Amino acid sequence: MQAKKIIYRFVLYFLVAIILIWCIFPFYWAVVSSLKPDKDLFEIHPSLFPKRITFENYIRVFTERPFHINIWNSIVVAGSTTIVSLLIGSLAAYAIARLKFRGKVVVMSLILAVSMFPQVSILGSLFVLLRNMKLINTYLGLILPYISITLPLTTWILQNFFRELPIEVEESAAIDGCSRLRTLWSIVLPMAAPGLVATGLLTFISAWNEFLFALTFMQRPEKYTVPVAIALFKGASQYEIPWGQIMAAAVIVTTPLVILVLIFQKKIIAGLSAGSVKG
Amino acid sequence: MQKKEPKIAFWMIFPAVLVISVIAFFPLFKTFYDSFFSLSLNPRFPREFVGFGNYIKLFQDSRFWDALKTTVIFTIVSVSLETVFGLMIALVVHQDFKFRGAVRAAMLIPWAIPTAISSQMWRWMFNDQFGIMSRFYETLHLIEPGTPILGRPSLALWAIIQVDVWKTTPFMALLILAGLQLIPEQLYEAAKIDGANIFQRFFRITLPQLTPTIAVALIFRTLDALRVFDVVYVMTRGSVGTETLSVYNRVLLMDRAFTSASFGYGSALSVIIFLLISIFALIYIKALKLQFD
Repeated sequence: MQAKKIIYRFVLYFLVAIILIWCIFPFYWAVVSSLKPDKDLFEIHPSLFPKRITFENYIRVFTERPFHINIWNSIVVAGSTTIVSLLIGSLAAYAIARLKFRGKVVVMSLILAVSMFPQVSILGSLFVLLRNMKLINTYLGLILPYISITLPLTTWILQNFFRELPIEVEESAAIDGCSRLRTLWSIVLPMAAPGLVATGLLTFISAWNEFLFALTFMQRPEKYTVPVAIALFKGASQYEIPWGQIMAAAVIVTTPLVILVLIFQKKIIAGLSAGSVKG
Repeated sequence: MQKKEPKIAFWMIFPAVLVISVIAFFPLFKTFYDSFFSLSLNPRFPREFVGFGNYIKLFQDSRFWDALKTTVIFTIVSVSLETVFGLMIALVVHQDFKFRGAVRAAMLIPWAIPTAISSQMWRWMFNDQFGIMSRFYETLHLIEPGTPILGRPSLALWAIIQVDVWKTTPFMALLILAGLQLIPEQLYEAAKIDGANIFQRFFRITLPQLTPTIAVALIFRTLDALRVFDVVYVMTRGSVGTETLSVYNRVLLMDRAFTSASFGYGSALSVIIFLLISIFALIYIKALKLQFD
């Protein structure tokens, strides 16, 4: 019995170790590669740890290309998207969770349908629409599409959160003559704050990570968002890919994301399973 | 108070519906409309009504069939691997061990890194000369030394699938884990008393109880995999037999938008992709059993 238990423990920790390595290694490898001088980076048998450390790549990312501008673009676009999406989304979510009106199923189905749209099937027409509105290469030209693709998830998760709040508080507020909007703003939203944070984080991440629209609607390097900038990094010549710099840039922008995710993991998982699985 | 509700409800929902109508539904209808024309974004090419011409041309286009085949292979292989591995990982991290919370948190990392960026990380690891993944596969004698994995038609798609599996499996595992935690412990205790062994407990209790969770996660992933774009675009730009429907569609819509009259043709492909995904979306909605009040 004792031996069986030891084997179980051993196998368990072995499997956990594999899972951990599998999940973390690419990120780890990006960190290691970004810290190596070019001479060590381009070695046939790369060492698992950097022998010498240099921050050369981190400096060059900002001096040789406008990467700080790309970061700023991403912050503006993802930040504005999150705020507006939460605002519009919580209004709709509250109505769906608490108010009685006809056509609720239709409205929710329409909103959910958008979350399943293949983005590419509106890519062309959206490009033409934005071009006619002179919004290509502008922040707004990316924020508007992002609001519309994040709204379904925001609304869906928020209405799940709202439903779980105790309805008694809202009822007594109504008896005291509080309007629906006041109730939402000063009672429901503060109570749903943890849910708002989780939802906002998910919205921010999905806007921050979006690639197809950003690639198509931002056509000048100084307008690129982070994922596009990193995907289209060019070297001095066509055949020379600046891997060290690409890895440095990748590490710079993924580290905050990784930290955020580690801090908020419980909330994210709760939000995600509310959004995609529980229904 | 009860009477005024529809009005206030309308105004609360209005902004959301407005944005979605203008930015999603209108372009979608425009795409349907444009798919019956021959046109270009360059005014030099006249707009001409061609009926179902674009669709007929599409069904005779071997590049379309190749992209469809690649997309289907990608979807079937990656989603099945993700489900099987995801289930296995979920069972492991459901056990009791030290730092369990930290391990579960680390599993979110692949999901949180933008696909375009993690694809670049992997592209570096798959580099034919200096890539650590290439070295690893050489050591296992899976490939000849110096093989350009991302340049070989037979290998590139597998590399892309590997990246997708890396990114999505941990996430799938966390979703399945959420389902695992909902299974009442009493079921297992009762089974143990009845003398059921570990495999019987897995196949008679765990798996049936998890079926709804797995089914929903599976369809959700299928929807995602069918429209795959980022990982393919960054890893190979759709070369060496890795072009998926979305990648080909973007070529038609954007790369050739001003140089030929292929915008209507591209719109037709957009419609086909939309219809293909709608089928799975309908299954998904059915599986969720949506109910409001």
